[in-house]
Amino acid sequence: MSENKEIEIMQSVYDKNDEVAANINTELTGKGIYAINVMGAPGAGKTSTLIQIIKRLSDKATPYVIEGDIEADFDTKTLLALGVKTVQINTGGACHLDSPMIGKAVNDLNIEKGVLFIENIGNLVCPAEFQIGEHAKMLISTVTEGSDKPYKYPLAFEKADAIILNKCDLIPYLDFDEEFFMKGVRALNKTAPVFKVSCKVEEGFEEVILWIMEKIKGQTK
Amino acid sequence: MHEYPITVRIIEVAEEFAKKNEASAIKQINLVVGDYSGYVASSIDLYFDIIAEGTLAEKAKLNIERIVPKLKCNDCGNLFERQPFSFQCPSCNGEGSPTEIGKEFYIKSIEI
Repeated sequence: MSENKEIEIMQSVYDKNDEVAANINTELTGKGIYAINVMGAPGAGKTSTLIQIIKRLSDKATPYVIEGDIEADFDTKTLLALGVKTVQINTGGACHLDSPMIGKAVNDLNIEKGVLFIENIGNLVCPAEFQIGEHAKMLISTVTEGSDKPYKYPLAFEKADAIILNKCDLIPYLDFDEEFFMKGVRALNKTAPVFKVSCKVEEGFEEVILWIMEKIKGQTK
Repeated sequence: MHEYPITVRIIEVAEEFAKKNEASAIKQINLVVGDYSGYVASSIDLYFDIIAEGTLAEKAKLNIERIVPKLKCNDCGNLFERQPFSFQCPSCNGEGSPTEIGKEFYIKSIEI
């Protein structure tokens, strides 16, 4: 057998997804949309957090939502009932949203000027690995998941631009070690603000709104 | 499970380069996969034979170089592998920060 001839490629295999993501990002920026990729485990309260944010944001900026779920559209119905322009993506099994899915949803939504929340699939692993055209990643973690999550799912915490710690009203009943949690977060991520909130008692969201408004202002400069 | 579409893409890219170099078959694909890339090397391997059927890569060997993620110590600069529930540097006990080592995912080369 003749000797193999090696041809250097050195090409990232994410390229197609990243290329589409970059195009979506440019398109959204052009339309005056600030897009936030909302990530978190199943049951972390991603939709509940969005509802709390949107309630307080509506008089300042128009909210839009892309809901990603493997199946079902309960969350979309909830948001539509609140008058929020929402479009559903059902991945039919896929564990994360990718940029071609978002490209289509953005067209379907027909949006202009405002904040687009893209609620990713409930999963602390795969969504962190894929750009989907967002300007920022918001991670929703909860005190019920336990304080070891940054250590177990480092990439999600490393990539987050803001971290929301939900269900904080339950801290008195749990063994949540906040110091250990924050130590893990800060080892992975020096800059992301951590907002302690509770959707149930509707507390702690004012600072989240300030963060979002600051981001929008930064974009329109 | 998202290894299936990415394996399709790997074979597409490999074929594209093989055709550019007028090769009739690809003998080997050299892939670099970091453990934090989001892709599981063994799953890519699993799909490879099925997807490669009928392509120039049909008889190709898939060679996957796995990269273990490393942290860089904020104090002494040492690169080290993280221990569970810790970011501590084994040489100076300082704290490590994430690096790009372990997030690689690319086709290094093909052999024709």
